[in-house]
Amino acid sequence: MTIKQLMAAVIMTGAAVSTAVLPASAETLRWARAGDSLTLDPHAQNEGPTHTLAHQMYEPLLHRDMAGQIIPALATDWAPTDDPNVWRFNLRKGVSFHDGSAFTADDVVFSLNRAMKPTSAMKELLSSVKEVRAVDDHTVDIETDGPNPLMPNNLTNLFIMDSGWTEANNCAEPQDIANGGDNPCVRAVNGTGAYVLVSRAQDEKTVLKANPNYWGIGQFPLDVSEIVYTPIQESATRVSALLSGEVDLIQDVPVQDLDRVATTDGLSVITAPQNRTIFFGLNVGDPDLTTDNVDGKNPLADVRVRQAMNIAINRDAIKKVVMRDQSKPTGVIMPPFVNGWTEALDAYPANDLAKAKQLMADAGYADGFGITLNCPNDRYINDEAICQAAVGMFGQIGIKVTLDAKPKAQHFPLIKNRETDFYMLGWGVPTFDSEYIFNFLAHTSTDKLGSWNGTRYSNPSLDEKIVSLASETDLSVRNATISEIWNTLQDEVIYLPIHHQVLNWGMRANIDFPVQPEDQPHFKFLKIKG
Amino acid sequence: MNPVPGPSSTVSGWRDSDLWYSFKRSPVIVTAACVLVTLILGAVFAPLISPYTPFDPGSLNLMNGFTEPFARNAFTNEFFLLGTDDQGRDVFSTILFGLRVSLFVGISAVLFAMVLGVALGLIAGYVGGWLDGLIMRIADVQLTFPSIMIAMLLFGIGRGLLPPDLRDEMAIWVLIIAIGLSEWVQFARTVRGATMVERSKEYVEAAHLIGLSRWAIMLRHILPNISGPILVIATITLALAIIAEATLSFLGVGAPKTEPSLGTLINVGRQFILSGEWWILLFPSVTLLALALSVNLFGDWLRDMLNPKLR
Amino acid sequence: MLAFIIRRLGQALFVLLTVAFFSFAMFKFMGDPLENLLGQEATNLDRAELEERLGLNDPIVVQYVRYLARALEGDFGVSYRAGIPVAEVIMQRLPATLELAFISGMLAVVFGVLLGIYTAIRRDGFVANLIMTSSLIGVSLPTFLIGVGLIWAFSVNLGWLPSFGRGDTAPFFGVELAVMTWDGIQSLILPSITLGLYQMTLIMRLVRSEMLEVLRTDYIRFARARGLTDRALHFSHALRNTLVPVITITGVQLGLIIAFAIVTETVFQWPGVGLLFINAVNFVDIPVMAAYLLLVGIIFVTINLVVDLLYFVVDPRLRAERSGSEGP
Repeated sequence: MTIKQLMAAVIMTGAAVSTAVLPASAETLRWARAGDSLTLDPHAQNEGPTHTLAHQMYEPLLHRDMAGQIIPALATDWAPTDDPNVWRFNLRKGVSFHDGSAFTADDVVFSLNRAMKPTSAMKELLSSVKEVRAVDDHTVDIETDGPNPLMPNNLTNLFIMDSGWTEANNCAEPQDIANGGDNPCVRAVNGTGAYVLVSRAQDEKTVLKANPNYWGIGQFPLDVSEIVYTPIQESATRVSALLSGEVDLIQDVPVQDLDRVATTDGLSVITAPQNRTIFFGLNVGDPDLTTDNVDGKNPLADVRVRQAMNIAINRDAIKKVVMRDQSKPTGVIMPPFVNGWTEALDAYPANDLAKAKQLMADAGYADGFGITLNCPNDRYINDEAICQAAVGMFGQIGIKVTLDAKPKAQHFPLIKNRETDFYMLGWGVPTFDSEYIFNFLAHTSTDKLGSWNGTRYSNPSLDEKIVSLASETDLSVRNATISEIWNTLQDEVIYLPIHHQVLNWGMRANIDFPVQPEDQPHFKFLKIKG
Repeated sequence: MNPVPGPSSTVSGWRDSDLWYSFKRSPVIVTAACVLVTLILGAVFAPLISPYTPFDPGSLNLMNGFTEPFARNAFTNEFFLLGTDDQGRDVFSTILFGLRVSLFVGISAVLFAMVLGVALGLIAGYVGGWLDGLIMRIADVQLTFPSIMIAMLLFGIGRGLLPPDLRDEMAIWVLIIAIGLSEWVQFARTVRGATMVERSKEYVEAAHLIGLSRWAIMLRHILPNISGPILVIATITLALAIIAEATLSFLGVGAPKTEPSLGTLINVGRQFILSGEWWILLFPSVTLLALALSVNLFGDWLRDMLNPKLR
Repeated sequence: MLAFIIRRLGQALFVLLTVAFFSFAMFKFMGDPLENLLGQEATNLDRAELEERLGLNDPIVVQYVRYLARALEGDFGVSYRAGIPVAEVIMQRLPATLELAFISGMLAVVFGVLLGIYTAIRRDGFVANLIMTSSLIGVSLPTFLIGVGLIWAFSVNLGWLPSFGRGDTAPFFGVELAVMTWDGIQSLILPSITLGLYQMTLIMRLVRSEMLEVLRTDYIRFARARGLTDRALHFSHALRNTLVPVITITGVQLGLIIAFAIVTETVFQWPGVGLLFINAVNFVDIPVMAAYLLLVGIIFVTINLVVDLLYFVVDPRLRAERSGSEGP
């Protein structure tokens, strides 16, 4: 116990003790959310909570600030060169890694190449990259297969490691998550970011302290000198930790406890729409399904069945009861932040059971069918409860859905390995552009693209349009193509959209910190009032 | 946990009338028995009594969610005695069905443990020799570990052996086998001891002389004479099994959410401990407490009756 | 004496080897190590080669011995879920569990013995009867309900005590302990009560009945006749004679505490090996489950062994014949 804590304790015992917990020292931020980062290796997982922790210690060339705008980080500026296939990045000078070694162009070349290796989870974002070249110590060129006007948007989560340190630690290859791989970079960090790793126990506690040599001192508030990050799985436990002052900020206030937090003295809840849409994916491509009870054919291949399912979902009821009004129902799998979003696409069909039953009958499934729905239970807000509610709604049109809810670490492989016919997924769009959605979710599943397209949907003419987006430099043509692709996707109903998530960060009232639309707090921006 | 009758208790000097007399005289036991019978009847006739079918998803209306107890839902105007949970399920009905799962798992597990333990105990006690040594060594090893931990391990192993898509479907049966396997030792040890005492008695020798087979002697003559202690252990084990099941389900490694037991319901209710929907947590907890307490009281009383020495 | 100790050690070794065999069998037959090492694109040739290299074609006994040898070196493989060596994960979390178990055990013994004595001496008093009645409810309450109830009362409604985690820790001879900080001590209160309550009830009932038994014996009556004070009677004569069974039960209960720590740790999100184990069961993380089994096996066998030897030392009458360890 430090002297300061001791003194605080003594004062507390003297005063009328209403809460037996120490007040936070002004500089320490105790931060909690449901899940932990999966690994400290910055290229081994493409997952929100993992990137969020990495962002405090590692930096990309550029990233999104608390309002979602792209700002420079390790690159000071960037522009396409005369060769339309090459982007040039000017790097920040005088930056050093936590161990003191200098940051140079070689580190950028090394790190981006590392992120393109087979075991990297970030390689899809760099699929158009042909070569990364160091021009001099502080200039890097990135050459793509064709002109790629939006390439820099892909770099917001691509962290730069120190080449010397990484190689000395034998982690030139990213950790091979799929095969239970391990390397020292899973537990150690040497970045350029505002915070330095002090200690970490997976799923338990991670402690960071301010980097005294950070290049951004004076440019960012940097009010927090120490961060203690604790994952707390249980939602009630997480909230009571905030209520009793054991933590200062939680990223996921359960919707049922919003009122309680908001009305508690000294706490505030800040709400903002998130750049993430929740939806169900349907296996429309396989000739027969393994998880249904229909032999020899695939009921989901019939568009009328998909339309019936789409209007069987009572999105308003999910919003009202399951989400307690903390969601925005939608008819498209694209959050409003994304280029390509329109109100017309966003409009969702009314819940109409009579029409849904008619469509089922027309498709030859008047008596319904049975199928398994795979659902995560620790990733999205009330994910399992949404699935449970949907099971009841599909039951009303005769579809007997068996719910299989699992932790995210087991759920996502089902989608990636195409082992599920009906699943829940939530998709955030870090590039803020429709192309990212198409590349991952709509393009036919190939080596480079469509890795999260669990629908087995394959439409060659649509694929052509999707691929054309990467090198289309005329933005109005590009936007017209985006609109065409969306119209096809909406007609095909291969996904059943539910809602856009709404973020609820709960924090001590003296914390001044806007909610970041990607759910990625950057604590260097956090200000303490008073 | 509780001292269990040893071999010396086989002198079964109890008569039904004594039992009945002592039963009537103890208001606590009468109350416990009434509570127990009510709960068992509720579980058995759950499909008839419960006003809703909470686990038929097609019959649910999400808009009924979070209705308060003894009140009507503001949107649908439906009435729910003990309120509804987050999915609009009637809490009274979920408790009845949860009780059904809890009791089914508990009783099945005890029956399984009893059949296994009695069989092994009879063999060990009557046949003896290396078979006896082997069975008792296994029992010793198992006794080194608390039964709840063995149940958890066995449950984990069972899950691992099943293909992933069957894990939820078979969860109840894996649970029964896991808890059953973790509780057979007490039966085996007691039966073995009792059998060894009985074996040396004259009536067994006589039966042997008139040419009855070993199995016939074991099942028809020895077993009925040691049924008293078996019954006591069964009751005490039932309380343990119910609590073990509830604990596993509460930890999320037992009954699946589609077929919830009381433990699962309590785990669901815990989410709402802060948000004011107290009924989702409180009612299942009280039910589990009443069940465990009444079985325990009943078991204690039965043990005292059948083994006056241990009182 | 020596023969007894040797036989007892032999038994302990037998139990350990059996437990280790189960642990090995889980590892061998449930987690397919090849799937985990090779990934999906592996060819049959890769498979055969790796099988040979890992010695998966050797006789089971050879593999078992090899497993034991690796376990002795602390090598339990890599956790499927965390991608970190199992031994490292367990060592990281073991102090938290041992600390919680130790504190709960202390609470249970101290309060159990004190209340036991009190209820024995005042056997007809109102308070003593009240304690005895509520103890029956205590035995019937599932641990997790006690935990949830305590959180509801002391964290949610009164806001006095923390409801999760271990709080701040500070090093004590290099081991991070929560008892070393005020914050940590507060975090310890609710979990250790939850964990210790059941054991306390049992010890209390045991001490009471043993004490009553002893107070009835002839030599106490003689002592009383000789004019010894009640205090001397109760504490220096009666209590000493009740110690034997108390030691046995307490030892076995310590084992139980570690088992029930799984439940308590889950309720309070206490970062110990119990929480690790439950997560492993959930994720079917076989290496962690296998290593945990072996670890608790070692702990239990050691406890039982120590208790038996202690029993033997304390009560000479038992030196004649005593069969294997008795269960709770």
